[in-house]
Amino acid sequence: MKTFLFSYFTIVCVLSLYVFQEPALEASIQRGSEIYADFCVTCHLDQGEGVANTFPPLAKSDYLANNREGSIRGVKFGQQGNLVVNGVTYNSVMAPLGLEDDEVADVMNFILNSWGNTSEKMVTVEEVGAIQKK
Amino acid sequence: MKNSVLMICLFVVMFNFSCGQDAENQVDIPSDVPFSPELLIDGLLIPWGMAFLPDGSLLVTEKSGELIHFIDGKKIAVSNVPEVYDRGQGGLLDIELHPDYENNGWIYITYASPEGPVKGGNTAIIRAKLKDNALVNKELLYKAEPNTTKGQHFGSRIVFDNDGYLYFSIGERGERDVNPQDITLDGGKIYRLFDDGRIPEDNPFVGTSGAKTAIYSYGHRNPQGLAKNPDSGEIWDHEHGPRGGDEINIIKKGANYGWPLITYGINYSGTPITDKTEMQGMQQPIHYWVPSIAPSGMAFITTGKYRGYKGSILVGSLAFQYLERLELDGTKVMKREKLLENLGRVRNVKQGPDGLIYVAIEGKGIYRLNPN
Repeated sequence: MKTFLFSYFTIVCVLSLYVFQEPALEASIQRGSEIYADFCVTCHLDQGEGVANTFPPLAKSDYLANNREGSIRGVKFGQQGNLVVNGVTYNSVMAPLGLEDDEVADVMNFILNSWGNTSEKMVTVEEVGAIQKK
Repeated sequence: MKNSVLMICLFVVMFNFSCGQDAENQVDIPSDVPFSPELLIDGLLIPWGMAFLPDGSLLVTEKSGELIHFIDGKKIAVSNVPEVYDRGQGGLLDIELHPDYENNGWIYITYASPEGPVKGGNTAIIRAKLKDNALVNKELLYKAEPNTTKGQHFGSRIVFDNDGYLYFSIGERGERDVNPQDITLDGGKIYRLFDDGRIPEDNPFVGTSGAKTAIYSYGHRNPQGLAKNPDSGEIWDHEHGPRGGDEINIIKKGANYGWPLITYGINYSGTPITDKTEMQGMQQPIHYWVPSIAPSGMAFITTGKYRGYKGSILVGSLAFQYLERLELDGTKVMKREKLLENLGRVRNVKQGPDGLIYVAIEGKGIYRLNPN
């Protein structure tokens, strides 16, 4: 009986995560697309392609795929110094954008799920909140 | 038959000549330049505005909200700077001295201000004096309303004309279909005030019901260059277009510069904004850039210290990270040149009272161009 209950609740929890995360993620991506159009598109452009040797691409970016925490930190606090993306070294300054934690989460979810990028784990406000300036 | 072929050829040639400007502008890379750049002030992130004090020191605004006094080779933080709305393109923006600074000590500063009942920010201009490295006697001259949390298009540059009028620009704050064409709303405008903030009674919309009477011209997108033409005394601006369609305009009283009804640019997504590049009653730019260089900062060069530069204008490029020199014949751009490539986003350029050119580059600092 105990085992049954345990498995039952586990399954319900896991299912609800899937069921509730999807609409939550979609809503976050939608809000993130507006943040992107407001704060990011002028440099990183409409398809996340960036500008060669000046503004790194976000579409199919290996940096983004492999440095989740660093990417969130960059959006939250700004980015300076050398950054290698898809084998190209960039040395531009991205000033702090002044976004609130929920906006950082939204725009990250948009970027991580656009132009061929996919991410299994949704970025949450809590995750953004926990990331400190280096 | 032969004749008609000839006519068609002639037509094509004439048609090409009749186009004022090629859609894709030509830019040259000079093989040698009459200067060598020297990094005068390092360690700056986004040096937005700069003003030269009579004692040879320099005031520099950092977008993040710091005002730096560079004196005797040292950076001193000026205190009592207004609180800025440091978000997106907003922050501490331009700085300019009163033409009679030596006698009255007034310094003018634009910034994104969070003041007001609505969440967000909008562009404001103050004047203040510098005393013991603090801003004192601060007076708010103008604040655009309402605040918004949008991150784009605050403007703003400050310039005085020969008659002592104060001009400054405010971008359309990301509301292109709302603000620029409506003179009862702030944003997408160039404003004119007396040096103490009073509105001149001969401003173009004084007496127009509901109008913001500080407005001098409208239909602008995001002017981040404003300078006085030293020959004509006219105020020139340049402004960011969307994708393509950055412009240089000569600012005329009460004139409409057309955004977003006419433009040489398109949306970032590649879709059209309008199919019109001109309309009755709207001003044409004297130059436009396709693709956009993202211009910021503008200086007319009057010094003879740099071979061949006298009479040119210099403009910073944020998008392609270089300093552009435009050679003019009157109001026509004859030639474009790329300078200071690959140093970083060029935010601002000015000719100092010493006749030397100073360039502000993001992530680096202030460069002085030492003539060869």
